Amino acid sequence: MRTTLAIDIGGTFTDVVLQDSDGIHSTKILTSHQDPSDAVIDGIQKIFENSRSSYEEVSLVLHGTTLATNALIERRGAKTALLTTAGHRDILEMAFENRFEQYDVNIERPRPLVSRKLRIPIEERMNAQGEIFTSLSMESVDRALDAVVRERVESVAIGFLHSYVNDKHERIVADAVRSRLPNIEISLSSEVCPEIREYERLSTTCANAYVLPLMARYLKNLAERLGELGFSCPYLMMTSGGGLTSFDTARRFPIRLVESGPAGGAILAERLATELALDKVLSFDMGGTTAKLCLVDDGHTLLSRSFEVDRVYRFKKGSGLPIRIPVIEMVEIGAGGGSIATVDQLDRVQIGPESAGSNPGPACYGLGGEFATVTDADCLLGRLDEDFFAAGSIKLDREAAVNAVSTHVSNPLGLTNAEAALGIAEIVDENMAAAARSHASEWGKSLNDRTLIAFGGAAPLHAARLMEKMSLARVVIPTHAGVGSAIGFLSAPIAFEVVRSRHMLLSHFDSNLIGDVFDDMREEARSVIITSTVGKTLDETAHAYVRYVGQGHEVSVLLDLNALNADNLREKFEENYISMYGQIIPNADLEVMSWTLNVSAFTDHITNSATLASSTNGMDIDVRELTCVEQSGSKKAKVISRESLEPNFVIEGPVLIVEPHTTTVVPTGFHIQRMDTDHLLLERET
Amino acid sequence: MKGSQAFNRQLVWDRLLAIVEDQAQALMRTAFSPVVREAGDLSAGVFDTHGNMLAQAVTGTPGHVNAMAQAVPHFLQVVPISAMKPGDVLITNDPWLATGHLNDFTLVTPTFVNGQVVALFASTSHIADVGGRGFGPDANDVYEEGIRIPIMYLFREGVVNESLIQLVKANVRDPVVAEGDLYSLAACNEFGSQKLIQACEEFGIKRFDEIGNSILKISKEAMQAEINKLAPGTHCYSMNIDGYDRPIHLQCSLTIKQNCIEIDFDGTSPISQYGINVPLPYAEAYACFGVRCLVGNDIPNNAGSLSTISVRASKGSILNAEPPCAVSARHAIGQMLPDVVIGCLSQVLKDQVPCEGASCIWNPVLMNSPIASRNFDAPPFVVNPIFNGGTGARNGKDGLSTTAFPSGVRTTSTEVNEVTSPLIFLKREFLPDTGGPGQFRGGLGQVIEIQHRHRAPFEISKMFERVKHAALGRNGANAGSLGRVYLRDGEEYAGKGKEYIPSGATLVMETPGGGGLGKPTDRDRKLVENDLMEELVSAEQATSVYQFHGSVDKESS
Repeated sequence: MRTTLAIDIGGTFTDVVLQDSDGIHSTKILTSHQDPSDAVIDGIQKIFENSRSSYEEVSLVLHGTTLATNALIERRGAKTALLTTAGHRDILEMAFENRFEQYDVNIERPRPLVSRKLRIPIEERMNAQGEIFTSLSMESVDRALDAVVRERVESVAIGFLHSYVNDKHERIVADAVRSRLPNIEISLSSEVCPEIREYERLSTTCANAYVLPLMARYLKNLAERLGELGFSCPYLMMTSGGGLTSFDTARRFPIRLVESGPAGGAILAERLATELALDKVLSFDMGGTTAKLCLVDDGHTLLSRSFEVDRVYRFKKGSGLPIRIPVIEMVEIGAGGGSIATVDQLDRVQIGPESAGSNPGPACYGLGGEFATVTDADCLLGRLDEDFFAAGSIKLDREAAVNAVSTHVSNPLGLTNAEAALGIAEIVDENMAAAARSHASEWGKSLNDRTLIAFGGAAPLHAARLMEKMSLARVVIPTHAGVGSAIGFLSAPIAFEVVRSRHMLLSHFDSNLIGDVFDDMREEARSVIITSTVGKTLDETAHAYVRYVGQGHEVSVLLDLNALNADNLREKFEENYISMYGQIIPNADLEVMSWTLNVSAFTDHITNSATLASSTNGMDIDVRELTCVEQSGSKKAKVISRESLEPNFVIEGPVLIVEPHTTTVVPTGFHIQRMDTDHLLLERET
Repeated sequence: MKGSQAFNRQLVWDRLLAIVEDQAQALMRTAFSPVVREAGDLSAGVFDTHGNMLAQAVTGTPGHVNAMAQAVPHFLQVVPISAMKPGDVLITNDPWLATGHLNDFTLVTPTFVNGQVVALFASTSHIADVGGRGFGPDANDVYEEGIRIPIMYLFREGVVNESLIQLVKANVRDPVVAEGDLYSLAACNEFGSQKLIQACEEFGIKRFDEIGNSILKISKEAMQAEINKLAPGTHCYSMNIDGYDRPIHLQCSLTIKQNCIEIDFDGTSPISQYGINVPLPYAEAYACFGVRCLVGNDIPNNAGSLSTISVRASKGSILNAEPPCAVSARHAIGQMLPDVVIGCLSQVLKDQVPCEGASCIWNPVLMNSPIASRNFDAPPFVVNPIFNGGTGARNGKDGLSTTAFPSGVRTTSTEVNEVTSPLIFLKREFLPDTGGPGQFRGGLGQVIEIQHRHRAPFEISKMFERVKHAALGRNGANAGSLGRVYLRDGEEYAGKGKEYIPSGATLVMETPGGGGLGKPTDRDRKLVENDLMEELVSAEQATSVYQFHGSVDKESS
């Protein structure tokens, strides 16, 4: 029996989950922004107080954190220099030369992570074929390093044009930096993101360099503190691609750690889909600031390579910094419990993306929040038990919620408070449903016949209506729904994904080229995970990114490396293309732009996800009556503790099922039961 | 319940907006022409059965969008709703019926629910080549500019019009791209249609008339309320721009009335003998955009909000050029119109409006020279990268450097440009001192240096503006710098027309800077110091123009 610890640091809360012979223990404490390891240590100490295990017995620590993301958003990273091809020092700032909001003349682009002064030209040039067009001037490298020293730069990014074909100049410069400044951190674009398109590659490389020193310090400090407590086991980090990686790799490529929390949630949904034999799932994770929706088909999420961090303009696509890393494909929108509702000049209710956060929080927290939030609407609609919110730690102020909703929504629109609150809930639910629909159609998928898996503090409150909007039949609310991401870490594989841009026309299919590319990637990926996967079987997943010759957007095609030929590559591409865009283009040649290889070892650390060891926040509540406003009018609803539910006993709505970190709303026309697996199953009457 | 009705309308409206956005994204992902797939030169929208635009994607570019809004009624005249069958797709690239030049193909697809047409989807994208002289301003009439297709069927009850496809393919330089793009356009309309059919089922909608009218009414009333906040009156502004062979005078008078804004370009120069003439719908599109980006800019664009603005230009004016005028590079003039309209509005909105900017995108068509193909071992190629100058300074803010405005397109990657052509872009960087000096500085232009990798000659087709007439500043600020096109150590070129770049030469382009706002001497000294440190402004300009006498020690931070 292994004892495993999972830690998820989020923007507001740090969740710690311990799995030992007694089952799963969990706790949730406020994130310590000054030194995030403080909250980690506190949480660990708290959780071990209620467990029979000792620190020494822990055989593995799994960790995910938003630290890298926050450092990027708050611009708290290292002083970074970019050594780049002379004549092209403004790639980072020129970006796409566009405005992400057509009708706003006052937009500002996100500030580049490296200022112009520290974007230092190096005399060199490769052409698109990877041949040297201008040879590397070591004199210009020396001059650049003088500036690096003078400016007290902490981290150096090296990014040259066409280095994804030929990385020679980047490597020579890296050696020169290392020999003169042995202690400085270096990130090469040919290692971090060896893909064509200079802006995205350099943006990713600079982001990596920018967060590297901070993450390195944090990881070192955390390892030391865990060691002091008595931990002697390996530590693994959760990545945005859904795989676990060693502290050492995390330290080299910290940019791969952004969005690790949401990735954990997606992994949880994958495991539940497999465990409950659900072939089509929509994972729905709704917290205080955002909602994340993710498609899971046959137990697998979709993977992609593009992501945007720090969207400065209402979460709008294009207003952030592009990052090209392996990511679990999901849609994230500014719709959470803290999202603020306002009325615009067209008398339309707008929700978010501004969030009241945790300070001051929604008006009903009674901490000075004035705006009407989604949680205030939920409170007003009777979906929350005022005395048992967040395990009773926050007493909700219903009057404050009423005031906020009437001031900001009901009065301007001339509606009753109940109508306004219902409207707020409707709009936020529609926003999420719309995001899910749009996401599904972008990937050529349908929402029909999916099971919703709802977790995160606010999701079980909104799951029933969301399911109606998407015409779904059922929702699963997993055990420990409030700490879903950390639970997800327990099932993540140890994995590393490598990419290469090597152009190949399908009409010139070249199995030697493919063989060489994959041998090279295999070697790199294995060397990264080898120490963490001793004695384990390694699995490989290979993809090609393919398009019609001349198109600009590639479709990913899963490859069977043992039986690969031009015909089956085209067949699979066309299959995917039809599902995404409806029809193929007759008579057009195909081209492969990039290849990826993911090497992984299966390591499910979870023994029985459903076993509830003990609730760290024991709840013993009475059955009470609340007024629950629904579309059809007000109804009386019972409030029942989740723990008190008898397995397989069906309860008809309206009823509220409460647990320490969330509440499941079961409206009229729905019923709920605790399954044998202890997860809750919420269904619509048919 | 009043509340639920209003919320229901909002839900349907939001859905329509989401559907057209998805439609545009689908087009961008499947398009072949690089300016569509990389740069987003496209538009997409949904219309009611009377041809009123209900919603349009924000993705895309204003010239297409507003012009496409007027195109759909033309289609309905040729094929009335009653004659439409499921599987029909209509097409045209007529500059006067759609979006202003032959390169833009507009497709219209009816959406059927229970055997009835409930709505129409339209989309437009720029197809790289349509034959003729190629994309550029050198033709003297539209017949020289390529193939012109009247409104007709591309698909009839699901069967492709193979004759039309063959005809198009036989007349263009890149038939594979053209055919692919026609299929992509048809597919994105179908994509939108399917989403709309789902929405109709979900919301129980059989007809859009009632809800559509209410969306248009609310949008119109909201625009009227915004217009009525402005003091009534007439404001004039004029701007001289380069033109092709002689300067063009753009004269605008903007009248704010109760509930509407009237724009009149009376007094503007007459048509040109070159391909920079603007069909009226395209002029209207950009003139409207000039208002819409400042007045009620968060009210969605649709037939209701657009109906509050009227645009007039007399026949024979370069802004109301009639067939058979040459119109290929109509964007070079059309994109200058928001500056003129905004100039009028500056008299009402004062400093709330931005100053003049580079405005016209710099999108050279670079191609092999026929001589090179014979004498050098160099394969033929054509690329159409997009570069931008600086935007004008804004209220309390500097202009944006190298950013498209009013166009909504994105630039293309240097690495991609070099993979798809034998050119090498030696330099592409901000050009210091190009932003118009002011308390708030205009955005910077950029310098681009281009060589042929094999030292072969090549050709450039230019459709650039502000090579002779700079973007002016306001309130005591200076103008942005002029754009330039020249050979390194060689000839200086005009902003428009085709040139032959000799073997081994380096072509240099400098995009214009945006105009400044307020006196340069009033600029915050810290900002001047920062501009110096970042090398956005030279020491010389800092001293002579900004009167900055502090020192920036480059050796320390």
